[in-house]
Amino acid sequence: MSAISEFFYIGGYGFYVWGSYGATALFVAIEIFLVVRGKRVITKRLARMGRLNDNAE
Amino acid sequence: MGFKNSIIWMYFSSPRNFYPLAGTVIPWFAGLAAIFALVGLYIGFFVAPPVLSDQKEYYVIIFIHVAAAWMSMFIYVVMSVYAFIGLVWNIKMAEMMATALAPTGAMFTFLALWTGALWGRPSWGAYWVWDARLTSELILLFLYIGFMSLQSAIDDPRRAARASGLLAIVGVINIPIIYFSVRWWNTLHQGFSVAPQQTKQLVDPSIFWGMIIVALACWMYTIAVVLARVRTEILEREKQTSWVRELVGNEK
Repeated sequence: MSAISEFFYIGGYGFYVWGSYGATALFVAIEIFLVVRGKRVITKRLARMGRLNDNAE
Repeated sequence: MGFKNSIIWMYFSSPRNFYPLAGTVIPWFAGLAAIFALVGLYIGFFVAPPVLSDQKEYYVIIFIHVAAAWMSMFIYVVMSVYAFIGLVWNIKMAEMMATALAPTGAMFTFLALWTGALWGRPSWGAYWVWDARLTSELILLFLYIGFMSLQSAIDDPRRAARASGLLAIVGVINIPIIYFSVRWWNTLHQGFSVAPQQTKQLVDPSIFWGMIIVALACWMYTIAVVLARVRTEILEREKQTSWVRELVGNEK
């Protein structure tokens, strides 16, 4: 077995180990995505509301 | 704390002043999180011993499991302190910090349970047991979910903060229960990895430092992501103010 596949095999416990670290990486990625998107969504919405108010005045 | 310090605290308890400060420090904490994660995981996977006397290769889960479990408890304590400050002194910024901390705390609680299940299966033979440590950690997840659902169920942000803040403060009783559960009850879960008044090192130094550095990575990550989330919260709750109108007006 090559060194790389041996590393991922982890003595036969790859499922448990990568299941743990993979889930962590996935959740962190999702959280960052949601936070970045949330900021963009509200900034756009408030800017649109601001323009509507400007036009009304 | 001197007079000058209290002025600084008052200055940054205003959302208007906190917003740009948070924006400035986020990249630094994010960068530190990445560096600590790389160093900590390198130690965990390449420096620490591959097997222990009583644990096979799967024990490498310890690095993320312990860090996630620490964060789940620590974030809850910080969240309830902010909730308390918000309730007692009526400080909006503290309420917003409590709100912003909850999702990340819930995430680490879930990950502590998830990685614990994947560690429990090869070492105990079961993904889940109704053990004192596991059950109290599950209750912690429900407390976070309760806090968040209570907030989204109440429209008025001030009333939502008061109701959920009370829940957060009452729920803090669960934290010492989780922490000392391995001592108070006869549990399947192993005892302290890092004991408060330890006389001898319980684990190999490389394992100890790996855990500490991964925990630091999680801590830096939490600061970065919570500050980013609180900025969104500030915009939402301060949208009627002239400074937010000006700010989003310039960003279009």
